[in-house]
Amino acid sequence: MQYIPNTDAGRSRMLDSIGVSDISELFQQVPRSLVLNRPLDIPGPLSEMELRRYADDLSGQSANLDTCASFLGAGIYDHYIPSTVAAVIGRSEFYTSYTPYQPEISQGNLQAIFEFQTLICQLTGMEVANASMYDGATALAEAALMASSITGRSEWVVSNCIHPAYRETMRTYAWASGNKLVDAGRSGITTNLAELSRYITRETACLAIQHPNFFGALESLREAEALAHEAGALFIVCFDPISLGLLKPPGEFNADICVAEGQPLGIPPGFGGPLLGLFACKKEYVRQMPGRLVGATTDSAGRRGYALTLQTREQHIRRERATSNICTNEALNALAAAVYLCTLGKQGLREVADLCLQKAHYAAQAISELSGYELPFNAPFFKEFVVKSPKPVAEINEKLLNRKIVGGLDLGRFYPDLAGHMLLCATERRTRAEIHALVEGLAE
Amino acid sequence: MSTEPTIFERSSPGRTGISWPQPDIPERPPADYLGGENLRADPPRRMPELSQVDVIRHFTRLSTVNYGVDTGFYPLGSCTMKYSPKINEEIAALPGLSRLHPYQDERVSQGMLRLLYDMQVFLAEIAGMDAVTLQPAAGAQGEFTALMLFKRHYERVGEGHRRIVIVPDSSHGTNPATAARCGYEIQKVPSGPDGLVDVSALSGELSRDVAAVMLTNPNTLGLFETRAAEISQMVHDVGAFLYCDGANMNAVLGIHRPGDAGFDAMHFNLHKTFSAPHGSGGPGSGPVAVKSFLEPYLPVPTVGFEGGRYFLNYDRLESIGRVHSFYGNIGVIVKAYAYILNLGSDGLKSVSENAVLNANYLLKRIATAYDVPYGERCMHEFVASAVQQKAHGVKALDIAKRLIDYGFHPPTIYFPLIVAEALMIEPTETESVETLDAFADAMLAIAEEARSDPETVRSAPHTAPVSRLDEAAAARKLELRWGGTGD
Repeated sequence: MQYIPNTDAGRSRMLDSIGVSDISELFQQVPRSLVLNRPLDIPGPLSEMELRRYADDLSGQSANLDTCASFLGAGIYDHYIPSTVAAVIGRSEFYTSYTPYQPEISQGNLQAIFEFQTLICQLTGMEVANASMYDGATALAEAALMASSITGRSEWVVSNCIHPAYRETMRTYAWASGNKLVDAGRSGITTNLAELSRYITRETACLAIQHPNFFGALESLREAEALAHEAGALFIVCFDPISLGLLKPPGEFNADICVAEGQPLGIPPGFGGPLLGLFACKKEYVRQMPGRLVGATTDSAGRRGYALTLQTREQHIRRERATSNICTNEALNALAAAVYLCTLGKQGLREVADLCLQKAHYAAQAISELSGYELPFNAPFFKEFVVKSPKPVAEINEKLLNRKIVGGLDLGRFYPDLAGHMLLCATERRTRAEIHALVEGLAE
Repeated sequence: MSTEPTIFERSSPGRTGISWPQPDIPERPPADYLGGENLRADPPRRMPELSQVDVIRHFTRLSTVNYGVDTGFYPLGSCTMKYSPKINEEIAALPGLSRLHPYQDERVSQGMLRLLYDMQVFLAEIAGMDAVTLQPAAGAQGEFTALMLFKRHYERVGEGHRRIVIVPDSSHGTNPATAARCGYEIQKVPSGPDGLVDVSALSGELSRDVAAVMLTNPNTLGLFETRAAEISQMVHDVGAFLYCDGANMNAVLGIHRPGDAGFDAMHFNLHKTFSAPHGSGGPGSGPVAVKSFLEPYLPVPTVGFEGGRYFLNYDRLESIGRVHSFYGNIGVIVKAYAYILNLGSDGLKSVSENAVLNANYLLKRIATAYDVPYGERCMHEFVASAVQQKAHGVKALDIAKRLIDYGFHPPTIYFPLIVAEALMIEPTETESVETLDAFADAMLAIAEEARSDPETVRSAPHTAPVSRLDEAAAARKLELRWGGTGD
């Protein structure tokens, strides 16, 4: 077999050396009654060539974002991935290694994570960033758990304008851990802080808000921050990393913890995974932080080097008293994000953010001029916007698909009061011609 | 090589590694759209400015001071560091499998949905279970998901008072950490002299307050829990659930199915057992397989098939909810799927047979110089102890570091906690007898060094880019980003 170097002759020599005559003798620990006495009912084997043909066929059965122009965002974005990213994460010294518990043989990975942590701090204006969480949703849930452990309080107040799947994930985590989720405070497509403030009490561990929010709109972070901190709660901001090429970062709003989905930073949409949870906080909370951290240190000869640090927070040391149960994270995607940010640099990041802003506003303007379509909300937005359509969104999207355009999200799916509204997104990848094709398709 | 400077030290104003298209639409100043008060004064202040060459050289140089399975033997116990077939990487990168939006129309996502549906079926068959969720992003999240399924079930049947989860003293740290996060109290049970769960001690802890018992099988000593069926009976007799941590499934593919031994739920680590690469620490994937009575509680959505069409099934009223932004680590699942199709039933069984053969061969050789406290035979891995060497002042840590000089990645050390000076060694099936021999020779040579020249072992590694790092200083004087943490 191509991945098993042992030959029949080699196997018999090994068995001789062990002192048994057959491999089955090595399985004598498994009681006979627990041994499966038939082959597994699974297909295969396929040779490499047959497997490739089969996979090509499977791949061909779905529309993809290389062959369609996508105006769909809602948490996964079609940003351009610079060629440097694949070149680096394709180095198998990185992708075939594991958690760097032995630092002397893992300096490449450790230094890359240290640089990733730095880049996330630079991007967000925060003091400490960890080595990654699974995705945006679980990063947010972990942030809330961390807030509960810091404050000793059990209520998580979250804006209803946070991504619906993130709120659902938080609800699951809150229930399991004996905390309570209060999900409220929306008027139109922005957070209604006056309403939310009624839910903030001395039991509130955190106030979480997304900016730009699920609808692409900017929120009033100053007011939200004051509201949280006046009640002694932590202020958690969920952000879009690309938007920070232009927008004031969470650190400037005195966020205690900030989290994000890092997929826009050089990670393919991948049908929603694997993703990259970004997680940063104030330095004073570092000991309550979940996930891995890499720190700089020196070796016995005084040379600079890197190692995992504050491991006493983690499950493999602290067990049931760990700050989180996370072990395997999304390290390779963190590396991708580091390469992405280094490739763009500060100017490139500002430029891509500006391109998204311009394209989205150009598209929004063009759509608003179509008869029957309107932009019913006037909050400032970054790369996503809400359109009220004259026909059911599903019907529109079906027609767009015939033109090889992936249309926006049907908001009625998550917000019944917004039925007939679609959430559209334009990234730097969308051209003038594609935007015009969208507009034509909508007019049909 | 000398230590590579940080990427920030290579930065030079005015450089960039990307060229964006010229605007093809009329543009306005960002403040017109966003409001000046929302804009940051400056682009991210200290973010580096680099040409593409700077970026590629820097990270390429870093890769040369990193050791992967493709570099050499990586016997990290319980992590199953097997070779990751390259064809799986190619397949996972196909546009119709990687460039899909999770909310795109299901009618134009049929290829992907079929793959996911098939994977649910394959994993259920391999586990001996009835239903599967692919959503958990890693093994620890799989454990968390499964404990939540149990918790939901107890709430439904009015037994929400169950507050204890039992774990053996040899369990992975994620097990107690997960149970704690689910609000459970942790009760530890000891292992017996044979390295297996002490069944009478377990029996003494079982009561109507117990929600679940979490076992790893084969366990972290590399031993099969021979009394699994009996344990299952005992656990079920008090109305509790039996969970299988499937981290060590590489030992029993096609040979034993946890579901057949009475386990109610288990997780797989697709990045271990099914060859998806470990990515320097992730992404992984931790699907959970369950018996049919737990199926209603699985996270939303699952993938269904009806009337010739695959679909995402959100119509699940009793579900615990979501545990992931979307449907899980699909890219990892695609690689594992390709691996399963590539190998088929006989191939998977051969994987486990050869993994167990390799481990026993290595055990036999290493036992000539090291203590192996739990028996002459093992499954896919075994735990040696450096207690003999410690008599000469050489610890498991020193041996691990010295192995680096011999060209190998060290094994897992100081785990499981019940073995003093533990060296947990898992060779996997993808290593040749020549590699195993070379590793065994190195271990024996180090044992000899421990007697004749302990200082060389204690001060290892000598050939790595850095010598032993001061991890205590790293924790005491925290420097978690370049430029210091104080600014």
